[in-house]
Amino acid sequence: MRRTFTIAALAAIALAGTAACSSGDNNNSGGSTSKTLTVAYQKFGAFIQMDDQMKKVKAAYEAAHPGYTVKLVPIEAAENDYYTKLSLMNRSPSTAPDVMYEDTFLVNTDIQAGFLAPIDEYLAKWPDWSQFSDTAKTAAKALDGKTYGVPMGTDTRALWYNKNLFTKAGLPVPWQPKNWNDVLAAARTIKAKLPGVTPLNVYSGKGAGEGATMQGFEMLLYGTNNTLYDDAAKKWVASSPGFLDSLNFVKTVYGDKLGPEPQDALNPNFGTSVSNELLPGGKLAIDLDGSWLSGTWLKSGAKPWPQWSTVLGQAAMPTQNGQAPGSTSMSGGWVLSVGSHAKNKQAAFDYVTLSLNKDNSQAYDIAASQIAERADVAADPAYLKSNPTLKFFTDLVQVTHFRPAYAEYPHVSDAIQVAMEAVMTGQMTPQRAAAAYNDQLKAAVGPDKVASGS
Amino acid sequence: MTSVAPLEAPAVRALDAAPRRRPRNWLVRLAPMAPALLLLLVFFAGPMLWSVYTAFTNLALTGSSTVDFIGIDNFTRMARDPSFLHSLELTLIFVVGSAVIGQNTLGLLIALLLRGRSKVARAAVTGVVIAAWAVPETVAGFCWYAFLYRTGTLNALLGHFGIAQNWLYTTPMLAVIIANVWRGTAFSMLVYSAALSEVPPDLTEAAAVDGASGWQRLRHITLPLIRRAIVSNLMLITLQTLATFGLIYVMTGGGPGTASQTTPLYMYQQSFKFYQLGYGTAMALVLLVVGALFSVIYLRLIRLED
Repeated sequence: MRRTFTIAALAAIALAGTAACSSGDNNNSGGSTSKTLTVAYQKFGAFIQMDDQMKKVKAAYEAAHPGYTVKLVPIEAAENDYYTKLSLMNRSPSTAPDVMYEDTFLVNTDIQAGFLAPIDEYLAKWPDWSQFSDTAKTAAKALDGKTYGVPMGTDTRALWYNKNLFTKAGLPVPWQPKNWNDVLAAARTIKAKLPGVTPLNVYSGKGAGEGATMQGFEMLLYGTNNTLYDDAAKKWVASSPGFLDSLNFVKTVYGDKLGPEPQDALNPNFGTSVSNELLPGGKLAIDLDGSWLSGTWLKSGAKPWPQWSTVLGQAAMPTQNGQAPGSTSMSGGWVLSVGSHAKNKQAAFDYVTLSLNKDNSQAYDIAASQIAERADVAADPAYLKSNPTLKFFTDLVQVTHFRPAYAEYPHVSDAIQVAMEAVMTGQMTPQRAAAAYNDQLKAAVGPDKVASGS
Repeated sequence: MTSVAPLEAPAVRALDAAPRRRPRNWLVRLAPMAPALLLLLVFFAGPMLWSVYTAFTNLALTGSSTVDFIGIDNFTRMARDPSFLHSLELTLIFVVGSAVIGQNTLGLLIALLLRGRSKVARAAVTGVVIAAWAVPETVAGFCWYAFLYRTGTLNALLGHFGIAQNWLYTTPMLAVIIANVWRGTAFSMLVYSAALSEVPPDLTEAAAVDGASGWQRLRHITLPLIRRAIVSNLMLITLQTLATFGLIYVMTGGGPGTASQTTPLYMYQQSFKFYQLGYGTAMALVLLVVGALFSVIYLRLIRLED
């Protein structure tokens, strides 16, 4: 009897011990007590500007709000993995961040999952909100009409070209192609005149991830007469003539050896080698890439390259046959959002407004080569002078397009990458890849949400 | 088997003497194990049951806040999903090529060759082989990536013969199979070394005196004696290899295209890139069944009992 009691007592103690352990863990990993703010954002490769900015804001916030602690969670992961890790954090209230750096293309998806909190009531009391343009205000506006984030900056995409290489090859500088054939003709001239130089980079395949879809494929497709999504019918567009033409462009670039070797281009780190090695090293003549590219070469960037602004020129990406409006671009951008599990949403929102007040917005937009979303930043001479390409890329906003950022988009984006990769490696003809895309699209979004492309 | 018998006797006697005390004894004996049992249930059985349940739902990482029970939809979808079937095929090639043939045979061969060698030779060979095993998976993956990549070591050597290429691109499955053999051989070698040391030398010596050749001694004496080790080795490396993710992910990422996308990589893509956790978990269950099938085959091929 006595032994039974002892054993039972020991067991009780042991159990209590384990219970104590687990509750202790919860307190530590939660980090979301009302006086602690968790801020999650991406830090990867050449992209260190956000980390710098958040460190500054953390210090300022803690000074202005005594008693509060800001816990920075830089997620060191490439784009795809960043989304995954952020979603995993968001799935459990104990790890969900209070403030997060959120890609506009995932905003709708994450709202459906219930990860983000609407911030309309706080925005109404924030005088600076009037500085944001109407387009900027819709960046994180969901289908339910509520706003879920404050934009940090936007971007556009265009052709970057190396003026020195162009001069050497006897091509005109400044250069502005009128249609796709002009782009390919310039690439062919480079290939003939300058062996050892990659004439043209168009991101393609699964290695480059969303970069392949947006900087590569959509920059082509939205220059044809077709798009990915029919807004009026609210349906995804099955492979269209424009879709096929875009795949054929990819086939020409990689099949005619005008682009990088597919085995290099499929490397997930290829984007970093373009900005850190190929362009500064004069190994790449034309690059279809984002407006943020020069951020890498600033003094604060990962690969300072002071000569970039004289060596590199920018040209708008032409439409397929030069049809109106003559050029095209794609825009994305990131917002700061408040997590739905944030215990103190006002404190979280205060962090967002501090991060995106005029001075901090301006500092970030300059450092990360973002196109400003605030009118007062956009008009500031210091901002305009900070980067000679700003005017060029800001003007592209006139012809820019946005991705159909619905919950199915990641799936569609992957199907596009698969089609591109099959074409660039020669595994499939563009026709077969387009047919395979149709099947994937129907499987991903449901056959009733697909309209035939014409 | 024999060691159990003496323990049974007192238990039976106790039962005869005081039948009523038995339940309490049983409880008392179990009590100290309760915390461990509880931890096992919570951290081991819990996630397992949860993942079985998840396989029958449409649980998503993001994009939906509700979870519905959808029955066997995930499994019927798999049967019609050509990418999944392709990945399963690649997984079988990977397991048979790298585990059953590569690792198993090479491990046995090294263990046989090392038998009766000098201490120095054994230490040197074992050290090198085990070093490959001790290297973390991602590091091993990167080493092979650096070795086989277009500007890698292998091509620096082959460049003189004009056959340099990106081996990860031209022969992705072969590349990951060789890398996995390189990494996993040590395990099989250790299992076989231990088993071979249990083979009584007098048996083989007697056979040698009777005029049996080296091959005959291996085939009729050594292999039958170590068949239990063969089965456990095959089972263990099959399960390990079925689940290999890091090595392939680092080396090829499943590419080019889907040329080396084995089921674990496809599972990762579905779960974490398309956020379809339910579908991904259902594939994990299928992998479990595949592992069980392999075990059944091994047990049928190699009779453990005489």
